[in-house]
Amino acid sequence: MVTIYTGKPGLSRRELLKRGSAAGALFVISGSAVLLSATESWALETSALKPETMATLIQMARDIYPHDQVPDRYYAIAVKSHDEQAGKDPAHKELIENGIADLDRRSGVGGYTGLGWEEDRVAVLRQIETTPFFQTVRGGLVVSLYNQKEVWPIFGYEGESYSKGGYIKRGFDDIEWL
Amino acid sequence: MPAPYDLNDENVVVIIGSGAGGGTLGNELAQKGVDVLILEAGPRLDYTDFVNDEWDSFAQLAWRDKRATGGGWRVSKDFPNLPAWIVKAVGGTTTHWAGASLRFQDHEFKTLTNYGKIEGANLLDWPITLADLEPYYDRAEDKLGVTRTHGIEGLPDDNNFKVMKAGADELGYKECHTGRMAINSAERDGRMACQQTGFCFQGCKWGAKWSTLYTEIPKGEATGKLEVRPDSMVLKIEHDDSGKVTNVVYADKDGKLQSQKARVVCVACNSIESPRLLLNSASNTFRDGLANSSGQVGKNYMRHTTGSVYAVFDKKVHMYRGTTMAGIIRDEARNDPSRGFVGGYELETLSLGLPFMAAFLNPGDWGRSFTTALDHYDSMAGMWIVGEDMPQEQNAVKLHAELKDEHGMPIPDVWFTDHPNDVAMRNHAYQQGIALYHAVGATRTMPTPPYPSTHNLGTNRMSENPRDGVVNRHGQTHDIKNLFVSDGSQFTTGGAENPTLTIVTLALRQADYIAQEMGARNI
Repeated sequence: MVTIYTGKPGLSRRELLKRGSAAGALFVISGSAVLLSATESWALETSALKPETMATLIQMARDIYPHDQVPDRYYAIAVKSHDEQAGKDPAHKELIENGIADLDRRSGVGGYTGLGWEEDRVAVLRQIETTPFFQTVRGGLVVSLYNQKEVWPIFGYEGESYSKGGYIKRGFDDIEWL
Repeated sequence: MPAPYDLNDENVVVIIGSGAGGGTLGNELAQKGVDVLILEAGPRLDYTDFVNDEWDSFAQLAWRDKRATGGGWRVSKDFPNLPAWIVKAVGGTTTHWAGASLRFQDHEFKTLTNYGKIEGANLLDWPITLADLEPYYDRAEDKLGVTRTHGIEGLPDDNNFKVMKAGADELGYKECHTGRMAINSAERDGRMACQQTGFCFQGCKWGAKWSTLYTEIPKGEATGKLEVRPDSMVLKIEHDDSGKVTNVVYADKDGKLQSQKARVVCVACNSIESPRLLLNSASNTFRDGLANSSGQVGKNYMRHTTGSVYAVFDKKVHMYRGTTMAGIIRDEARNDPSRGFVGGYELETLSLGLPFMAAFLNPGDWGRSFTTALDHYDSMAGMWIVGEDMPQEQNAVKLHAELKDEHGMPIPDVWFTDHPNDVAMRNHAYQQGIALYHAVGATRTMPTPPYPSTHNLGTNRMSENPRDGVVNRHGQTHDIKNLFVSDGSQFTTGGAENPTLTIVTLALRQADYIAQEMGARNI
């Protein structure tokens, strides 16, 4: 079992494990790989992609569509389908693994997640934004991130309204500041 | 009871498509006692089946068969296989439409006369005038229950409209109201009033918005003279040696080919599929496609000059609550070349939910400049630009040279490039929209590019002279007496107005003509 701590780049695996345990949020999940967050109660298992690849993909997703008020787990859910697709389609697995490897190469010694500032990571993404890898990730993400019903309230979008009788009695005309 | 017609019934009028044109024509003819069969490519749903969810609804309703695109328009780059956002289901795009129901202006029927020759534009006067259509417009408004006509109250002011109205007042616009909408402001015609649910584009789950799905079609079926056959994709219209059309070949729900005989065939499949079908029906007699002696089938594809302006405020708006498009400014709809372009445009309120806002605000964009706009989704207001675009011969729907669909029919290849007049108009509209929102305190404005086309027009245009177009003043093809076009592809030019009311109006007029010609045994 491989455990990768997401979100805090640059720590050794031992440190990761230690911190994970110390935070008391270590998930033990059978399988080849687990990504977990020490600060939030969620974990993500990968089956086809390398766990490091998935961790980088999650960071990349946040850098493409950064919303500071949206927790990591939604970005993880948004890119999880790449692992599933990689399991079914070797070409897709290659696209993602090679794409992330390329991203790491361009980012220097610590790799992509080793770049501490978003601005520096975005500069690397700008170099590859026309590649099929980037376009595949971004194109999928614009649906898989913003189409999560759990994310909508964070943006103040209320979603389905028919079952509540529409807004005729729930504020369709409640603007007061004009 | 709906009438089931035999495949060999030679007396039936076959209408291809069940939207604003086909659905209306079908009911009108059935009411007159004519035997009518509507073949619809999509499935039949009930309005209770609609879903208040943008992507799920898109999967349920949208025409998603593969299409190709070309030309300079940005849609071709961002959505290369989705030139248009229209519907494949019984009711056609009347399930999805916003409901805005505006009459053309007098001068818009005579654009060549009024605008003069414009380089690169293929302008032509319609062979009919506003006066010819007025009695039919009147009937159409009554049928659709258009607000602010026939004594019908306007819809109430929603949040998005209130922002628009405040800005319109600041800019000195005079004609700003909640629109002429085919959405019930009170119960009418057995349908209930708008419940301000939003999701007008996803199909109205209350049936408050007019759609042929639950108005014209059941009314026609109740006469016993109309059959609607869903999941029937027409591939070819065939003819006899005399050049009269005799039958249509379609793929049924199992993909099996069927041949349906017909006395008259009316093509009403929207401006992409209608020319595709005529072109695909080429024969030894009609080598360039049916009704194409002019060479104009598929040409002059128009999509209205569109775009949106979204604005962010420092306070909440909740634009998505309520009717999606119940707000309009008509002051810019006039023809006033001093603005740097001919023709005019309407500004109409519009909102998208968060999922579609992310997809369409600035397609392909990413990073903080993009996401900080979405961060303020609940403080956004929005409007849509709808203006007259120039017909251009090279803007066209063609049969793709290589790619074919599951039935072996070449997929449509939709080419479009803005005319300089379109660009000038859009830029003017962006400026006005931006100024309007800043006048009420917007902290940020976003001129948003056109979405995949919803107003597809002009690809079988109406003309006085058979040389210049495909159909005559009744939508009857110049070349084949018993072949008609009954959708927006007849439009000679596009006007500044949302096209559905005019499509319905033309269908009402055409129904009178077809019944008369059948009675006289001319067809």
